[in-house]
Amino acid sequence: MENTGLSLVTVVLFLPLVGFSILLFIPDAQSRNIKYTALGTSLVTFALSLVMWANFDAANPALQMVQRWEWLPQYGIGYYVGIDGLNMIMVVLTTFIMSIGILSSFNAHVIQERGREKLYYLFMLLLQWAMIGVFVVQDLIIFYIFWEVTLVPMYFLVGIWGGEKRVYAAVKFFLYTMAGSILMLLALLYVGTQAGTFAVPEIIAGIQAGTISFPLDGLFSTQSILFLGFFIAFAIKVPIWPLHSWLPDAHVQAPTAGSVILAGVLLKMGSYGMIRFLLPMFPEASVAWAPIIALLAVIGIIYGAWVSFAQTDMKKLVAYSSVSHMGFIVLGIFAMTSIGIQGSIIQMVNHGISTGGLFLIVGMLYERRHTKDLAAFGGIWKAMPLLGAISLVVVLSSMGMPGLNGFIGEFTILLGSMGSTVLGIGFTVVAALGIILAAIYMLNFFQRIFMGELDKEENKNLPKLEWNEIAVLVPIVVLAIWIGLQPAPFMNPSDATVESLVAQVVPDTTTVAQLPEAGQGE
Amino acid sequence: MQPFDLLASLPAIAAAVGLTITSIVVLALDMFLKESQRRNIAFVTAAGMFLTAGMMLAFWMPTAATEGLYWGGMVRFDMLATMFCVIALLGGGITALITIDVDKLGRSGEYYLIITVSTLGACLVSSASDLIMVFLGLETMTIPLYVLAAFRRDDKKSAESGMKYFLFGSFASAILLYGLSLIYGFTGSTNLYTIAEYMGSDAFTVNLVPVLVAITLIVVGFGFKISAAPFHFWTPDVYEGAPTPVTAFLSVVSKAASFALLVRFALTAFPPALAINGAEVQLFWTNLAAVLAVVSMIVGNLIALAQKNIKRMLAYSSIAQAGYTLIGVAALAADGREQAVAGISYYMLMYMFTNLLAFGVVILYSNATGKDDIRDFAGLSRRSPWMAIAMTIALLSLAGVPPGAGFLGKFFLFQAAVLSNLTWLALFGILMSLVALYYYLIVIKYMYVDKGEDEEQAIPVSGTYRWTLAVVTIVVILLGSFAVQPIFNWAMEGAQTLFASL
Repeated sequence: MENTGLSLVTVVLFLPLVGFSILLFIPDAQSRNIKYTALGTSLVTFALSLVMWANFDAANPALQMVQRWEWLPQYGIGYYVGIDGLNMIMVVLTTFIMSIGILSSFNAHVIQERGREKLYYLFMLLLQWAMIGVFVVQDLIIFYIFWEVTLVPMYFLVGIWGGEKRVYAAVKFFLYTMAGSILMLLALLYVGTQAGTFAVPEIIAGIQAGTISFPLDGLFSTQSILFLGFFIAFAIKVPIWPLHSWLPDAHVQAPTAGSVILAGVLLKMGSYGMIRFLLPMFPEASVAWAPIIALLAVIGIIYGAWVSFAQTDMKKLVAYSSVSHMGFIVLGIFAMTSIGIQGSIIQMVNHGISTGGLFLIVGMLYERRHTKDLAAFGGIWKAMPLLGAISLVVVLSSMGMPGLNGFIGEFTILLGSMGSTVLGIGFTVVAALGIILAAIYMLNFFQRIFMGELDKEENKNLPKLEWNEIAVLVPIVVLAIWIGLQPAPFMNPSDATVESLVAQVVPDTTTVAQLPEAGQGE
Repeated sequence: MQPFDLLASLPAIAAAVGLTITSIVVLALDMFLKESQRRNIAFVTAAGMFLTAGMMLAFWMPTAATEGLYWGGMVRFDMLATMFCVIALLGGGITALITIDVDKLGRSGEYYLIITVSTLGACLVSSASDLIMVFLGLETMTIPLYVLAAFRRDDKKSAESGMKYFLFGSFASAILLYGLSLIYGFTGSTNLYTIAEYMGSDAFTVNLVPVLVAITLIVVGFGFKISAAPFHFWTPDVYEGAPTPVTAFLSVVSKAASFALLVRFALTAFPPALAINGAEVQLFWTNLAAVLAVVSMIVGNLIALAQKNIKRMLAYSSIAQAGYTLIGVAALAADGREQAVAGISYYMLMYMFTNLLAFGVVILYSNATGKDDIRDFAGLSRRSPWMAIAMTIALLSLAGVPPGAGFLGKFFLFQAAVLSNLTWLALFGILMSLVALYYYLIVIKYMYVDKGEDEEQAIPVSGTYRWTLAVVTIVVILLGSFAVQPIFNWAMEGAQTLFASL
């Protein structure tokens, strides 16, 4: 049953690479062909990922559309892909954000200025391939390979087409993430060697059956150390306070599409990794460490919001708001309830849409004014009413306004953490404060750019939105409203998988209804 | 004693025979061809080597029935020898091809002749199973390299490099020879298997300390050949001064062959079970290897960070690479030993391709521009995008970043170390690869991010280089992806036959 032909997942994974190979042979001068090949590839990949969604069976918690080939059988390493409730929607998010990212780069000033358009789109497609790979592979070694490969194109996207301090930001990004991944590599080598296989579902099955076990007696025993090895890598990627300092630099220096992808997809690799690997592979350690991690997450929520409010640079403001939003996601994961985790998954999508949208808007303003300073704007609504209206929706969605997508995610996360058996109520209370702060800094952001008098001469004749700029913003607004009004189709796919995951991690409290059974984590 | 059977004995020295024929043909062509046509000798040399390698793989693969000691116990015919011999042959052939347009070297027959002879030495080294053959092979391999390093007589740096290499080299050979003679003195035999047998028997009454002294001397000698720190002082100067193709050749072929010898020598003469006066000898030399590994990784990686010249940077990187490989040697001590031997073989194979690829690009670049500082690579991605891609893949593979073969090479070695309970060494290796990443990335940064002086001028790439580098690039990627399984199985087989014979 497994290896009958080519799985759709494999096709989706390798399509960007096909586009990459075609692009390699298009001459540099044919700018039009280069752009449309890249866009075409990403759109076809997106369409196929939707087909994948349509064929996905939400009631089945197990991996679907599995494809498996042996690679190094004596080490138990193989090409092993499949989708379930945890990663299916992440793949769709990736292909969606990539299409947006590529389309939004069509008239980017910085590419015209620095040239090397082809190289830019080559890196974009390479990045897409690697990111889909991170989400779909089920083998630790291959996962690590894809995880590392994502670094290379991002490094160049920031390093070549970034802002003033681009090389500094690119190197910082690379070294931070690399330092984390080295720890993860060590941990996964140990796990794989002990288990005799690197296939994650088999490792998890072994842990469930008791044939593989990593002892946990105290906060720094084997399982804890392995847990931390993975956790630090993911925490840097997310990023969790206090490991976030690479993020503002990378965001501020990256080109617009780079920021969109960074916020939209790359950060999610960290939180996805926590759900996919940390919880099921190290259940006891996850429970034991949950309060500490939740504390960091909550600090991140407040800290990100606080710092965000003080920024005068638009991109930095949005970057710090990411730190705050990602804190919610981590809190939802380590609440260890199915509602919390489902909320985290939908919030990953929401954050990709809203923050991606914010970065697009900032990028469009930057294209027109060549400054990211908030003080240079004011009253833009009058000059660009369409952009103003769209921005209002995106800003409201980002701050969690009921009726829009952000609310759904944050509300479910808070609900999940409230019913958590491993976390106290205090976390929820403080996190809820984060929503209020979000309203403050986001409205501040909107007000200083779009409201007030159109008093600056340079702002009076800003060019209208280009067709491709409208084309990338419209789907974002549509999705923000759609998820906000009707979240069920987006949340249902993860139902079954998350339920079974939570049952594995916290066996005696499968649902919130059984709350009194608390006895975990002392 | 079996009667001597020439036909059955020939496969054991197939490479030597093939290379001898090649060298005679090269010599003849050098006499008859006109100056303008002499660059074709490169093709003949490469063809001779590839053909020999192909024939060995196709017709003379060792089997359980044919492997064993041949030619009076001088050489051993087994999978490990075949594998390393093929590495040397491919390395020699690729070196000949990437020399073809190099000024002075490319058109002189004697250059190709010397390369062929040195490769011959490397093949003998990888199959040597007798002290005499060990020394003979090493000298056959190294003496031509002294000549090659000083090949540009009119260039002061090249002459200095040859002289330095010769002085350090003969010093190390003397030390090695002293160690070998001590072993002979203790046991009265020159055959590695007989030595091991004698040392394991009750008749052996020599004290432990002199044996350890002999081992230390031998390891020091090998340490020089593989350019492990602290015996690395010759490496940067020789790498920088010697003509670049020679550097390329000596960085891969002589290193690979020396590692083959180190593994075979150490395992055969001092097998895992051997204990003298109740002390396990093996633990001594594996610990020695672990120390060398740590020192090499530190020295190589940290000094490489500060280099401005790409050849010097690659020299220090090659010291570091020797350090990683020595992790494998250290892992021979315990349960991971089969993986360790296979890991070393795989690492040397991928290192041969990867390093030759990097040097190929350096040769091409300095041929066209006459420069070889790291800074000069600025803007290469605009001048020659394909060259920049090839160089990027080579550097990433050296750094051990996934798409290249280097990641799996390191993976196998570190895995072997973990299996042998040397987790701390694997940890150290991984941390050091993080340091290494920095100096490899710097080159990539220059190629892609920075602006060069003559941006618009494309670098001319002749057909030979284009094809050679393209094929090598593809091989590096294949070794990191689809080809891993068969090649590693082959290496495992080599490792198993080696242990079966102990």
